[in-house]
Amino acid sequence: MPENLKGSVGPEQQFKNYLSQGKFMIQRSKSLNQFFFHPRVAFPGTGERDLEWVEASGNGIVHSTTCNRRLPEKGGDFNLSLITLEEGPRMMARVEGVEPDKLDIGQKVKARISDLNGEPAIIFDVLQG
Amino acid sequence: MNQNDINNLKGKTAVVGLAESGCGIASGWSAMEIMANSVHDALDDAGIKLNEVDGVFAATAFHSMAAMSLSEYLGLKPKFADGSQIGGSSFLSHILTAALALDAGLINVAVVAYGSNQKSIGGFKTISEAMPYEAQYEPRMPVTAYALAAKRYMHEFGASREDLANVAVSARDWALLNPRAYTHEKGPLSVEDVLSARPIVDPLGKLDCCLVTDGGAAVVMTRSDRAKDTKNTPIYLLGAAMEHHHRMVSEMPDLVRTSAIDSGKRAFEMSGYKPADMDTIQLYDAFTINTLLFLEDLGFCKKGEAIELVKNNNIGPDGTLRVNTNGGGLSCVHPGMYGLFVTLEAIRQLRNSSGDDVGKRLEGGWINNAKLSVAHGNGGVLSSQVTNIWGVSETF
Repeated sequence: MPENLKGSVGPEQQFKNYLSQGKFMIQRSKSLNQFFFHPRVAFPGTGERDLEWVEASGNGIVHSTTCNRRLPEKGGDFNLSLITLEEGPRMMARVEGVEPDKLDIGQKVKARISDLNGEPAIIFDVLQG
Repeated sequence: MNQNDINNLKGKTAVVGLAESGCGIASGWSAMEIMANSVHDALDDAGIKLNEVDGVFAATAFHSMAAMSLSEYLGLKPKFADGSQIGGSSFLSHILTAALALDAGLINVAVVAYGSNQKSIGGFKTISEAMPYEAQYEPRMPVTAYALAAKRYMHEFGASREDLANVAVSARDWALLNPRAYTHEKGPLSVEDVLSARPIVDPLGKLDCCLVTDGGAAVVMTRSDRAKDTKNTPIYLLGAAMEHHHRMVSEMPDLVRTSAIDSGKRAFEMSGYKPADMDTIQLYDAFTINTLLFLEDLGFCKKGEAIELVKNNNIGPDGTLRVNTNGGGLSCVHPGMYGLFVTLEAIRQLRNSSGDDVGKRLEGGWINNAKLSVAHGNGGVLSSQVTNIWGVSETF
């Protein structure tokens, strides 16, 4: 990486830029052939910097899930879950298409890019069957 | 480094004074004033003058540079200071750092301090920044993180909300014996009370969550040779270790296994004692799930077995394990960062059984003949884990 970072953006901004373009991209180390999340400048723990961005399949499984209680006038209850992506890493997200307190661990979900408070956000929908 | 080097810290330093201040409600007092009161009272307890303090260790959710602000307020020019902020366990890591600095001869007298007036000024106060990749989803931190761990724990081990509630019931029973506890006058809790409390973030309801109070605390540490000449019974640091592997709950490698597995193992190794040797067990119970996880991770039972261990009020006053004997963060006090209060309780139990007057308890509130205590601190979202082992002089 050149010392002077002028004219480039870091992985966090790059991730957001992709999201704005409608793409859910995650990073992979080419030599390890392993994915990780969240976006970083090097592979966590071992430091590989041979990173590339790959479009995530969007397939995931609910690892844990909660219903966050909120007053109706403030938007009502909402789901907040940890999703294990098919590629391996885990991330926080909301799951929709089901009552917020009716989601089960192990449920298959699929990512889409939506909008949350005016910013692009990854939301997961419940996959039937 | 070999094991002998690690054991070099065992018994080298001691807590010779302690105090708490403003626990419960302290409206009209600032966090700094509460913290400074604690320091002065702890020095009085030790019989050590303020101008002998040359090591200052502090963290709060109110001061970004707490050790510096506290030193200035006290009028001290410390030779060594540490304001490391790793959440509620900060103070247990400060104790480790203070022990190192004392043992190395950098300082002679250390104070470790904390203060908060969160309740008086509007509720839970955090210094935590918004987490990238999480904040957008508006988690109610820290509750959401602990709820995610609790839900996963229930899934993996077949635990129920009743199993979580057992922890809160026992904590309250201890608080009923402790006049210092915020809920001392509030009467016992039933499992049904806990289950029917207002849901916050499923599966955690209001009574699965810690209190929100004001309060401050401080301890005074010296090397063991000096400790013998102080006013009250010194309690010696026999082991201390820390570890953390995540900051955000979404990065936690395993939601049902904390770094306490590692901090506990190394702290017990340093002390030369096993979990079963502990006469009192003081765990950072910000939420009911914490007690289950830490009993397992520190080695009091195998993974998943805490469910059985906490049944039938077995960690209450009439049980076989003396866990959170002050009432814990759930029923005694929780000003936002609880670490120094597990430390106070671990040490008070040992001082009481050594004959010191450290306050009144109802029958059964003080553990007879207690010689060894473990104090375990947690910070962030099951993130930083720090374990301290304390013992009376005959234990090393």
